[in-house]
Amino acid sequence: MLKFILKRILIIVPMALLVVTVTWVLIRVAPGNFYSTERNLPAAIEENIKKKYGLDQPWYVQYGTMMGNILRLDFGDSLKYQGQSVNEIIARHFPYSATLGLLAYLLALAIGLFAGIVAALKQNSAFDYGTMAAAMLGLSVPNFVLGPILVLFFSLYLYWLPPARWGGPLYLIMPVVTLAAIYAAYIARLTRAGMLEVMRSDYIRTARAKGLNERTVLLKHGLRGGIVPVVSFTGPALASLLAGTVVVEKVFAIPGLGNIFIQSVLNRDEPLILGIVAFLSILIMIANLAVDISYGFLDPRIRYE
Amino acid sequence: MSEHNGNLLSVNDLRTYFQTEDGIVKAVDGISFQLKRGETLGIVGESGSGKSVANLSVMRLIPQPPGKIVSGDILFDGIDVRKLPIDDVRKIRGKRMAMIFQDPMTSLNPFLKISTQLMEVTQLHLGHTKEQAYEHAIEMLRKVEIPAPEKRVDGYPHEFSGGMRQRVMIAMALSCEPELLIADEPTTALDVTIQAQILELIKGLKDEFGTSVILITHDLGVVAGMTDKIIVMYAGKIFEAAPTKELFAQPANPYTKGLLKSVPDPAHEHGAPLYQIPGLPPDVAHLPPGCPFAERCDRAEDICTKEFPPFVQINENHHSLCHFAKEVHAASGGE
Repeated sequence: MLKFILKRILIIVPMALLVVTVTWVLIRVAPGNFYSTERNLPAAIEENIKKKYGLDQPWYVQYGTMMGNILRLDFGDSLKYQGQSVNEIIARHFPYSATLGLLAYLLALAIGLFAGIVAALKQNSAFDYGTMAAAMLGLSVPNFVLGPILVLFFSLYLYWLPPARWGGPLYLIMPVVTLAAIYAAYIARLTRAGMLEVMRSDYIRTARAKGLNERTVLLKHGLRGGIVPVVSFTGPALASLLAGTVVVEKVFAIPGLGNIFIQSVLNRDEPLILGIVAFLSILIMIANLAVDISYGFLDPRIRYE
Repeated sequence: MSEHNGNLLSVNDLRTYFQTEDGIVKAVDGISFQLKRGETLGIVGESGSGKSVANLSVMRLIPQPPGKIVSGDILFDGIDVRKLPIDDVRKIRGKRMAMIFQDPMTSLNPFLKISTQLMEVTQLHLGHTKEQAYEHAIEMLRKVEIPAPEKRVDGYPHEFSGGMRQRVMIAMALSCEPELLIADEPTTALDVTIQAQILELIKGLKDEFGTSVILITHDLGVVAGMTDKIIVMYAGKIFEAAPTKELFAQPANPYTKGLLKSVPDPAHEHGAPLYQIPGLPPDVAHLPPGCPFAERCDRAEDICTKEFPPFVQINENHHSLCHFAKEVHAASGGE
């Protein structure tokens, strides 16, 4: 088990470097650069800029310098936000995204699991149909539609909640709900399907034959097998919730990392792009590792090697 | 005991139907049988003959929908299980009647320790504390001859072989010393050497606990040495019911004769091809009006495809569902 975790952690480093390399190539292959504007720069000035940022060196020297810096965990300064290091920028903006993502994750899990289990338990009931219809809606309505609708109703019509920006807990409600909706819907459907599948299995019949009541059969014998597919889903879900909240951050004007990430790409801000890419890829790999470890607690048959 | 004519279980005209897209499947269609205390009943039939469904009905374990016990009485020690509220059925299940299933590989919960799965039965029905239940679980594992039960009790099902798992299932089923044990093809999924061990085990524990047993199988060889009487089922109906000895000595139904012929006899038929009943069991959703076995029967005449056969009484304990029951009975006597 420990060996497995260690191995997986060790593999994260080369994987992240690979992701960074691919990103670096993509930035270089794409036309344009961070100093290009509508007007052409005088040749002398362009020469100076290139010299300052080492762009006059051959590509392998540039790549080597970049990799050397990254291995020392120094992503350098942003090209756009003068005098701010990439590390500072990530440290400043990531907490917003993390808070938002984590809360949305927990909310989605709570709603999804509960709705899915009850729907499976009362299959073909009004609750089942209602939940699954709601889940279908949750899956179909994109968050850039759901967000503004919530704002329209709760802020501009009822005046209950602040429409945007970052403040107290009240500010969090709508962004978190908007973010969680699609995941809650997905988890509810996965849970329902998983539970229905498991409740048809032989060992559930055995549990019933023992005289256990339906509640015990469901929670003690059914649940663990039923939520295995949910766990596989929640790993990537957690990663993308922590990282990819761009749309919701835009809709609610929250200064999260997603927003900065998009800006950095538009600005061709190479150090910042590479820094965020490296950071997020490591985050995703850790989330996946956490899921793989939690499988072991769920299913005793799984062995780590 | 005497108040129910000595019968622990008395099933009368049981009908269990399934609603499917193909129409109503009459999986069990009007079967009756009795089981005395301490007695062992064998139920024999091909796949889909309704033998499992009949017994799941007795346990009230038919998934509903799509299944439904349409009619009939299931009297267990005088209690009509069919009319009992499900909460009261649960008090009987696992305590007074228990069941072991065909596939031990999937019948134990892979996520829970053996100890947990054994303990919850006695904690529920006998009011055991955790410590008592744990001790009892070890004791039961010892009874089913699992080596080092103190260690194995904390294992998970995947750490046990198929035969071992079936032993665990038996230990679980017998935890509360039930009056009735239903064994649904307990040896089908196991290899032959293990089969004999498991059957011996069931036999021994049945004598120790005085349990009545219903042994469901498609293998006549299995029931021969184990049972007091046998029911042969086909297409949801009882085709023949008789004491074991009599059924083997003088069957009164062509289907039973076919089954008996299909049991390989290594002593006499060395090198000869194995016999099998021609054709396949009928689709129970669309049964013909006549005898459901007529198409495959070597003795069938015109009447067999037109009229449903009568349930003929050969003698006090011997019945056969056939137009020519008496003739078949007489003919097999001379063989």
